Amino acid sequence: MKQVFNRPESLKDVSTHFCPGCHHGSVHRLVAEALDEFGIRSETIGVASVGCSVFLYGYFDIDVIEAPHGRAPAVATGAKRARPDRIVFTYQGDGDLAAIGMSEIIHAANRGEDITVIFVNNTTYGMTGGQMAPTTLPGQKTSTTPYGRDISKDGSPFKMAELLSNLDGVGFSARVALNSPKNVMQAKKMIKTAFRYQVEKKGFSFIEALAACPTNWGMNPMDANQRVADEMIPYFPLGVYRNTANL
Amino acid sequence: MQAITAEKIFVKGNEAVAMAAIEAGCRCYFGYPITPQSDIPEYLSRELPAVGGEFIQAESEIGAINMVLGASATGVRVMTSSSGPGISLKQEGISYMAGSELPGVIVDIMRAGPGLGGIDASQADYFQATRGGGHGGYRIIVLAPASVQEMYDLTMLAFDLSDLYRMPAMVLADSVIGQMKESVTPNPRPQTLLPPKEWVVRGRLAGEPQNVVKSLYLGDGEMEAFHWKMHARYQELADRECRWEEVQTADAELIVTAFGSTSRIAKTAIAMAREAGMKVGLIRPVTLFPFPKKAYAQLSERCKLFLAIELSTGQMIDDVRLSVARDADVAFYGRPPGAGSLPTPEELFEQIKKNYRASA
Repeated sequence: MKQVFNRPESLKDVSTHFCPGCHHGSVHRLVAEALDEFGIRSETIGVASVGCSVFLYGYFDIDVIEAPHGRAPAVATGAKRARPDRIVFTYQGDGDLAAIGMSEIIHAANRGEDITVIFVNNTTYGMTGGQMAPTTLPGQKTSTTPYGRDISKDGSPFKMAELLSNLDGVGFSARVALNSPKNVMQAKKMIKTAFRYQVEKKGFSFIEALAACPTNWGMNPMDANQRVADEMIPYFPLGVYRNTANL
Repeated sequence: MQAITAEKIFVKGNEAVAMAAIEAGCRCYFGYPITPQSDIPEYLSRELPAVGGEFIQAESEIGAINMVLGASATGVRVMTSSSGPGISLKQEGISYMAGSELPGVIVDIMRAGPGLGGIDASQADYFQATRGGGHGGYRIIVLAPASVQEMYDLTMLAFDLSDLYRMPAMVLADSVIGQMKESVTPNPRPQTLLPPKEWVVRGRLAGEPQNVVKSLYLGDGEMEAFHWKMHARYQELADRECRWEEVQTADAELIVTAFGSTSRIAKTAIAMAREAGMKVGLIRPVTLFPFPKKAYAQLSERCKLFLAIELSTGQMIDDVRLSVARDADVAFYGRPPGAGSLPTPEELFEQIKKNYRASA
């Protein structure tokens, strides 16, 4: 019998702790497929962040450094400068990257560090129980915005893919989603392009992946997918915001 | 045949640290400007590229220490430096490095605090350095140079001890030692036998084990086991790596104890006391963690009078009290840090006279 679908070599044969309908698993798989397809698993160092993505080392069959909350781009900078022959990527959530780690991501991007950043935006703090994230949508109820996010007090959501695309150090910046087969196919292409930037030494690459968090949104997986389409994509438009090497 | 000795050079303490780092094989430095240590990043921004090293002026002290964490995880020798306010910011990263068993050298050229404080000499960050400084309950190696030569030698030692015991090491000096110039023999890197770094992240070929550098321990008993392992390692450090200097302690009726720049002033005061016929000696701890308890324990069997002198209202004295025999007295003289608070030798001589009592 011909095998047409299998687990990527870069992923371990284990089940994850992710909730049903969570998109972390999909993003993990697409990153793993990119590592497999470039044949770079044996030279890759992953940098895990704080939040639901901290267990990167439990699922990826690669060497991993666990970074303090928000500091993954600085940790990755140190690793890449010390080992420029390695492929280094960070995997961060929205609280990690766009709140406590805003300084580290902006400066790593602005220096044009030769790293790849995978940013999972699910508009909430997943691990700590669904508090307001820097990307929480206006009016969105969370455990710390029980009356909905009030932009007059909490500010507006950060659009990270656009924000970083304004920096000269950035080679590639794109936003993808995982709520439909079509978007997953597109996400796969973009994630691969992001890693191609690093493989070909074309500069800093950034992927923002819009993701569902059914548990903290209080939705079933189907409704959560629908929310990505109906509420998130209109606010966070998908697309390529910077592509200096035209890859 | 006699070994060829390096020619003496005349440099600032901060420059000696930077030179020693390069000699020790440090090829990555990440830092942020702050007085009185900025000579270190300035020197390394100029000299590291010449030896194929990496220098980054980071966006913050937090950025810098996390770059240290990332570089260290790949196995290279890496350093950062700062002073008071910046060292406070680095505590997050130092805690994570301690939790991840990562080596790395942190240079702290102490300035006055709390807050923005001032840029004058201080020893008031003794507690912050020797008690771990960050969250979670850990210790780091702390070395206290008292001369520019020691800035050079102890920086190299810090790299070796840090690699040997897989924990961060701090060189704890102050603006006097950092800013003053003295002649230095730039000794070659010691030939310490170091274990291979089998734990580093490197990307790996099939069949090799996965290496993960982390500080998260959620499994039943894992965190506790980690703490006991580190506790044993701290004990090993205390058994093997205590360093101190003794001056004229053999017949001393009063032993002054001070570290770093204060010990220099104390030595002059002790010479004045000896001139006046008083039997006064000195213990100068070189390692502040591990603290050289045995030096105090042994000497206090005979000498029952100690005088701790610090540029603070008293921090090291706690360790001295915990180290001496129960019937020994430990007096204290300190000047809190700040402009104009550096004591003179005459001032310390007065304190020696005040406390001295010759046994009948």
